[in-house]
Amino acid sequence: MPTTAPARLRWKTANVRGISNHMPGQLLRVVTAGSVDDGKSTLVGRLLHDAKAVLSDQLSAVEAASERRGYDGADLALLVDGLRAEREQGITIDVAYRYFATARRTFILADTPGHVQYTRNTVTGASTADVAVILVDARSGVVEQTKRHAAVAQLLRVENIVLAVNKMDLVDYSEAIFDQIVSDFAAVAGNLALPGFTPIPIAALAGDNVVDKSTHMSWYTGTPLLQYLEEVEPRESEDVPARFPVQVVMRPRSAEYPDYRGYAGRVEAGTIHAGDKVVVLPSGRNTTIEAIDTPDGELTNAPAGRSVVLRLSDDIDIARGEMIAVDRDPRPSVVREVEATVCWLTDRPLRAADRFSLRHTTRDVRSVVDAVLSKLDVSTVTSNPATQLELNDIGAVRIRLAEPIIVDAYSTNRSTGAFLLVDEASGATVAAGMISGTS
Amino acid sequence: MTAFAPLADLDGVTPSPASSAELLNRSWLTDLEDESIHIIREVAGQFERPVILFSGGKDSIVMLHLAAKAFWPGKVPFAVMHVDTGHNFDEVIEYRDRHLDKLGIKLTVASVQESIDKGRVHETPGQSRNPLQTVTLLDGISQHRFDAVLGGARRDEEKARAKERVFSVRDDFGQWDPRNQRPELWDLYNGRHRPGEHVRVFPLSNWTELDIWTYIAREGIDVPSIYYAHEREVFDRDGMIVAVTPYTQPRDGETVRVQSVRYRTVGDVTCTGAVSSQAADAAAVITETALSTISERGSSRADDRASEAAMEDRKRQGYF
Repeated sequence: MPTTAPARLRWKTANVRGISNHMPGQLLRVVTAGSVDDGKSTLVGRLLHDAKAVLSDQLSAVEAASERRGYDGADLALLVDGLRAEREQGITIDVAYRYFATARRTFILADTPGHVQYTRNTVTGASTADVAVILVDARSGVVEQTKRHAAVAQLLRVENIVLAVNKMDLVDYSEAIFDQIVSDFAAVAGNLALPGFTPIPIAALAGDNVVDKSTHMSWYTGTPLLQYLEEVEPRESEDVPARFPVQVVMRPRSAEYPDYRGYAGRVEAGTIHAGDKVVVLPSGRNTTIEAIDTPDGELTNAPAGRSVVLRLSDDIDIARGEMIAVDRDPRPSVVREVEATVCWLTDRPLRAADRFSLRHTTRDVRSVVDAVLSKLDVSTVTSNPATQLELNDIGAVRIRLAEPIIVDAYSTNRSTGAFLLVDEASGATVAAGMISGTS
Repeated sequence: MTAFAPLADLDGVTPSPASSAELLNRSWLTDLEDESIHIIREVAGQFERPVILFSGGKDSIVMLHLAAKAFWPGKVPFAVMHVDTGHNFDEVIEYRDRHLDKLGIKLTVASVQESIDKGRVHETPGQSRNPLQTVTLLDGISQHRFDAVLGGARRDEEKARAKERVFSVRDDFGQWDPRNQRPELWDLYNGRHRPGEHVRVFPLSNWTELDIWTYIAREGIDVPSIYYAHEREVFDRDGMIVAVTPYTQPRDGETVRVQSVRYRTVGDVTCTGAVSSQAADAAAVITETALSTISERGSSRADDRASEAAMEDRKRQGYF
C-alpha cells in the first residue's frame, strides 16, 4: 500500500491479460435532449435494450409495470424514468445516467428531460458531453425546444451534434419530410454557428436505425445511431499549454517521506511533461516540473484528465486554489472581473448587485453581479438587452470578484472557462457560467 | 502514456506486446479512476470532517483503494465507519478487520444492535435489520459531526440511484429530495452546506459492476472470500439462494443443499442472496458478469424487491 511502499516501488498490478476481451477503448459521454413526447426515454431504452445492456430481471420488471398500466408491450421508457413521480406523470424530470458498453467503446449516457422548466438539467447533461443527440418528432419537426437544445449544445461547446428524427414510422418513413426537418435544423445551426451536425432518421419504438439499420428507409445511406456513437471521434486533447489547478497539497511528513512536497490535482488541458517550465498563478513565480508522481510510478507526461501529483524544482509555497500552468502562450489571465454567458437555474431572478460565491476550478471567491447585459431569445436566436434573467434564461453578465481567479475563455478551455454561482445562504447552485471575456 | 508502467513486474509474467499496448493505451478504467480520485480530493479540499462508509463490500473496498491512491504518498485524511447490522458474514468481518489493520486505519463502528438496545429503533422479529441502518447511520453522522459521507453507491445499480448527484446534500433529517437537487456541471462539485446538513459523496457514481471487477483484477485488490465461488449450505426462498446462517434458517418446506455459490453483493445476511457460480477468481467473475442476464441487485437483494420505488423511498429517508 502507498503509505508503506518505498518511493519507487509501484503498486502491485495483477495480470490482466485474461480480461482483455472485456476492455473496450475510450469513454464517450453522450447527452440526449428532446421535447416532451419525442420518445427520448423510449430511444434510450431501445438503445440499452438492443445493445444488450438491459438485463432480463430489469426487463421483466418493466413488462410487469407496463402491464399494470395497461400498455401493449413493454414501455422501455420505464427503464430510465427512475423516480416515482416520473413514472406516474410519464415524463422525465431529472437527468438519469445510464451505462453501456459495446466491443468498441464504453458509454455514459445522460438522459435529460425535455420540459422547458427542466432546461437546467439539459445544461447539466451537456456540460460534460462529447456528443449531443437532439431528438425531434418527425410529425412536428423543429420546434422551440429544439432550438433551445441546439443553443445549449452550442453554448456548452458540445463537439458533436446528432439530429435524431424520431417516429419516422408515423410519417410513412418519408424522405421528403426528413429532408425538410434537416433543412429547418440547418437554418437554426447556421444562426448558432454550430460546427455541423449529423441527421439520422429513426423509429425508436420499433428500433429502426437505432442499433440495426432500418429496412424501411433504404434512401438513408448513413449509419445507425449506435454505430455513429461508436465511430465518432471525441474531443482531441488539443495542443494547448497545460493547466493544473491545485486541489490538495501533499506533505505526508512521514518517516518514509519526511520532506516530500507535491501538488495533487487534475490536468485540465493540454499535456504536462516532466521538465516543463511552468508558472504558478496568481503569484507569477516560475519553476520547472521535477516529476509527475502517481502511486503506480512516475510518468513522463500526463494528458488532460489525469489525476496526478506534481513535484516542482523550487521550494515555492502553493495552496489549494492556485494554478500551475505551462509557461508559454496563450497563458491564462489573472482577473478580478469577467464577462460571461450564464444559464440561470433558480426561481428568483438574477439582477445587478446580487452577491454570490463563485466556484471556479478549485477556488471559491466572493462575487457581485455588476450588470446584466443581455438575454438570449432562443426562438430567434438573437441577444436582446435585458436587466434581469429568469429561471432557465440564458444571458450575458459582468461579474466583479473579491479576489482574482485564473481563467481562459470557455471557447478555448471548458475547465478553466467555466464557473458556478452559489447562493451564500442556502448553498444552492444558482447559475452555470461560461467566461467570454476578461478585463 | 505510462499509467501502468510496471507490466514486467507481474509475477514473473512478461505480457505479450498486444496486451501491454492495450493497457498503455489510456483505457476507460483509467478515466474512471482519474475522475474518482479528483472527486475524493475535492472532499479533502472542501470539508472539515469527512468519513468513508466501509462495509467490507467490493464497492467500499474499491472506494477505499481509490482514496489511498488519491492521497499517496500521504495517509487518507478521512475517518472510516462501518454501519453494522450485527447480521454479518463471518468472512466479511474477518476481512474488514484484517484489511483495515493492514492499511493502518482505525475503524468507527455504528452499531444497529446498540440502536436497538437504546430504543432508537425497533426490530420486527423475522424481518431484516437492513432498513434500521438508516437511523444508526444518521446517529453516527451527527455523533461524530461528519460533514461529508463518502459512499460506494453506483448509478448503474438501481434506477433511483441513476438520478443521484456525485455531491448530494442531505438536510437535518438526512433526507434526499430528488426533485430539488443541485445541478452538477462539468467537474465542479458544490459541497456548500448549512450547519446540521451534510453532503453524501459518491465517487463511484459512473462505475458499473463490470468496471468494479475489472478494476479489482487490474489492481490486484483483495476482497472477502465469499465473492468467489465456494461450497455452502443453501436453500431457496422467494427465488433467491439463501445461505444457512444463525440469522437465516430454513423454514418448513425449504430444503437445504450444498452448492457452489458466490455473492455479487455483500450486505446484511438476511437480505443478501447468493448466485450459483464456479468463478474462483476475479477474471472468472468478470466473465460471468459479462455474460450474466440478471442484474446484481435483482439476483441478490431482497430489499429492492419490495416495490418499484423501494430504493427511492429508502434513499429519501437517508439510506446510503
